[in-house]
Amino acid sequence: MTTTMNEPATRPATTVPRLLPAAPEDLRRHLARYGPAPYRGRAGLLIGDIEASGLTGRGGAAFPVHRKLAIVAQARGRKVVVANGAESEPASRKDELLLRAAPNLVLDGLQLAAEATGATEAHLYTHYGATPEILRALAERAAAGLDPVRVTITQAPPRFLAGQESALVNHLGGGPARPTFQPPRVTERGLRGAPTLVQNVETLAHIALIARYGPRWFRAAGSRAEPGSMLTTVYSPDGKCRVIETEIGTPLKNLLSSGPETQAWLVGGYHGAWLALPQAALTLDALTLDNGTLKKYGAAAGAGVLAALPSDRCGVTEAARVVGYLAAESAGQCGPCLNGLPRIAAGLAELAGPRPRRAVRADVERWAGLVEGRGACHHPDGTVRFVRSALTVFAPELSRHEKGQCSATNRRPFLPLPDGIPTSEDDWI
Amino acid sequence: MAQTLKTPETLMVNPIDCTGHGVCAELLPELIWLDEWGYPIVDPRPVPPQLDREARRTVAACPALALKLMRR
Repeated sequence: MTTTMNEPATRPATTVPRLLPAAPEDLRRHLARYGPAPYRGRAGLLIGDIEASGLTGRGGAAFPVHRKLAIVAQARGRKVVVANGAESEPASRKDELLLRAAPNLVLDGLQLAAEATGATEAHLYTHYGATPEILRALAERAAAGLDPVRVTITQAPPRFLAGQESALVNHLGGGPARPTFQPPRVTERGLRGAPTLVQNVETLAHIALIARYGPRWFRAAGSRAEPGSMLTTVYSPDGKCRVIETEIGTPLKNLLSSGPETQAWLVGGYHGAWLALPQAALTLDALTLDNGTLKKYGAAAGAGVLAALPSDRCGVTEAARVVGYLAAESAGQCGPCLNGLPRIAAGLAELAGPRPRRAVRADVERWAGLVEGRGACHHPDGTVRFVRSALTVFAPELSRHEKGQCSATNRRPFLPLPDGIPTSEDDWI
Repeated sequence: MAQTLKTPETLMVNPIDCTGHGVCAELLPELIWLDEWGYPIVDPRPVPPQLDREARRTVAACPALALKLMRR
């Protein structure tokens, strides 16, 4: 372990991309570009830099990273760090790409987080398990003696909630990947009772760069309130999907098409919100990818899933498909979610068809109010956000359906869903 | 015992443990009512002092031990 700061081998990028290299980088290329991870020599020392950087979690919740680091660092006894690459949001591809293209940045971040918290146990939890890129990176790092803490890889089950912090901790502990009621939070009592730091893999990659280049460098991108860059998964109306690293605060119109081929935007994925395209150019310019702005529109950046829904599709049908999936993905533990989500999904399915009964819309709105805030996790809340925004944005289409009409000329599903929705108990393990 | 300044307590349901028995809404209709599936909706405001005893009795009566009185 080294205690001196290493001079970066090349000039750091003040603008984007920062995380994603042009081509996947093995350890040799990673070290040539960044040098070894700048360990601070003891626990706690990195946390001030992370606080000054303003880094927030990139897994969706945007929680201040330094606060979780500090809670685990202050705890006594055995501690655990987990790199969360479950990416159980079916439309998100950014964690997968990051783990392929820059696995060493993520693993540097995991080791730095272990040092900062004093953790002696490290895990990497990913959607695809041990991919060749990850295995190669870990083998190369072991051969070079770079990793003070050994990393255990676990594959996440293919469930929407598998990446939720407490579900992840349950799964690593040998149980089903279902959320638990908090408090206590996993930072206080996590994996087998140990205080556990769970950070998204992208968050850890940012930590690896902040540790090298400092908080001022990090803040050179993004906005003052929400600094830095973030990875987004962007769906264009032709159905193509790209992972784009962008500065926080970028106008959404720079990422998503706003022409006549687009009827609405989905921001923040399947726990996110639909946005109607503003007609005024001024409003369009002001609609930026940061939570401070998106909050005014009832939306949040989440894990960076952005989609431009093409004008030839039926928005209600798209929303109904996604909500059907979300209802099936309820962990089935909390009464309101277990009862409410399938009813909401059935209501939306009726609304997506011709001549739905008049009462259905009010029913869906009432059920949405009944499930909100009443789950152990935020699955009902996120689902309700998606549902309510769909009812608002696609209100003209709902009226057409009531008259037995639908404006869609293309029936092909647009938003991606997993091929088969798992239904058996074993799928959680 | 010394007098301590107490922060008021609020009722809280652990939604995973709750089985929708409904006892709570019967014992404490002032603060707890049931949704259309039989699961409790609790008043998020602090329990008023005149209902303190009833609230404790209701918490103790929950067959699933899912109802709690929590500070803050």
